[in-house]
Amino acid sequence: MIDNLIELLPDLGVALGQTLVMLGIGLGSALLFGGPLGILLFLVGDGQSLHNRFLAATLGWLVNTVRSFPFIILLVALVPFTRIVAGTSIGPLAAAVPLSAAAIPYFARLVEQTLRDVPRGVIEAAHAMGASELQVVTRVLLVEARSSLVLALTVLAVSFLSYSAVAGVVGGGGIGDLAIRYGYYRFETDIMVFTVAVLIALVQMIQLTGTRLARRLDKR
Amino acid sequence: MVDDPIIRLSNIAKSFVAPGGAVSALRGIDLAIPRGAIFGIAGRSGAGKSTLLRMINLLERPDVGSVEVNGRELTALSKRELREARQDIGMIFQQFNLLRNLSVSDNVAFPLRLHGRLNAPRRTQRVRDCLGLVGLLDKADSYPAALSGGQQQRVAIARALASEPALLLCDEPTSALDAETTRGLLDTLRAVNARLGVTIVIVSHDLPALGALCSHVAVIEDGRVAEQFSPLDASVARSTALGRELAFHGLEILAVRTGAHHD
Repeated sequence: MIDNLIELLPDLGVALGQTLVMLGIGLGSALLFGGPLGILLFLVGDGQSLHNRFLAATLGWLVNTVRSFPFIILLVALVPFTRIVAGTSIGPLAAAVPLSAAAIPYFARLVEQTLRDVPRGVIEAAHAMGASELQVVTRVLLVEARSSLVLALTVLAVSFLSYSAVAGVVGGGGIGDLAIRYGYYRFETDIMVFTVAVLIALVQMIQLTGTRLARRLDKR
Repeated sequence: MVDDPIIRLSNIAKSFVAPGGAVSALRGIDLAIPRGAIFGIAGRSGAGKSTLLRMINLLERPDVGSVEVNGRELTALSKRELREARQDIGMIFQQFNLLRNLSVSDNVAFPLRLHGRLNAPRRTQRVRDCLGLVGLLDKADSYPAALSGGQQQRVAIARALASEPALLLCDEPTSALDAETTRGLLDTLRAVNARLGVTIVIVSHDLPALGALCSHVAVIEDGRVAEQFSPLDASVARSTALGRELAFHGLEILAVRTGAHHD
């Protein structure tokens, strides 16, 4: 069993790298696109300062639609788009495209819900002091919601670590894929157990880091 | 009637859409608030007094009517101009509305950073001045969660005064505070008015507080100004029940003050 695992170590290193690439790109685009989308969803919502029923309904519909796809179907359906964006339809970079597509609306919803917990009075006080909409976002919403936003990102990271296992379908690789190919298909139970143990350790680390950071940021 | 008022509201009307159909909150309000006054707005719950206060910085827009502050018609301003006008109107709230993730000094610096008028050293000095004014210099590095309600409201006053406004709007500022804390806060407001000459407009259902604090009071009933008087002026008969109650509290204060003179 030990021999088996030692033999696996180089593969495991590669897989860990692939997982980090997929997760990094997925979470990066969630922050870059999903974050602003979530803020916009919040601001155009009922009773908020940029309330716009049409925009709220359209964006809400779009987010719901993308989130409706079972991930493996999204992965396949996006293949033509992936080819354009990543230049290939296989490998971790290619897998990062559907991961991002799923992560963006997911994070947008998390951000929108998190911002709803910022007391309306605080936003109103900022308006009364002459804050612009952009200043309300950067100086009030993001400041008051910062610890909850970190927790939301943590939830996203853990979900997408497990999503990334499915990326093996398009040759994305990663630790989850390793568990499926070696452990499950080849009945090498020891390898499966070991890779799952690595995943468990990763999830614990992500959650611990997120929780600690959130606690440090929270002065409420 | 009032020469050069700091606020002139003319023919203000506002209705809200409620589940049971449109309900008009204000119907034809005319009000002139003298510069340097402590002006109280009294009324039963739902009389529209908070709505009226929030019209003065256009947090609430009137359906019709004009809102003139410092000679400027606010309803005619662009968004940017309105933001600039709001920098000269401080406001405090029932729930204090401090940013809970910012320290006390960062809260007070908040409007200064928004406006970007002062450089860092002058901003620091201004924050210290404002905290000194409300007696909370020693709490500069604390966070709101570590302060009592009365202290949080005083931080809110310091924040509202940071940009040196000519006007301070107070929306039920003592409703979340106990009686003793309320007295301390009223003293702070009185000092702000006396020392800085800031005009104060205060909405409250706390009649003793209004009677003790205000130089002028308007009673709002059925969305109109029912009457307007000085609480210390007993020479005119009051026409509303609220007005009579207020006059009673005003006289009580007067009695205490003249009593003190005789000692």
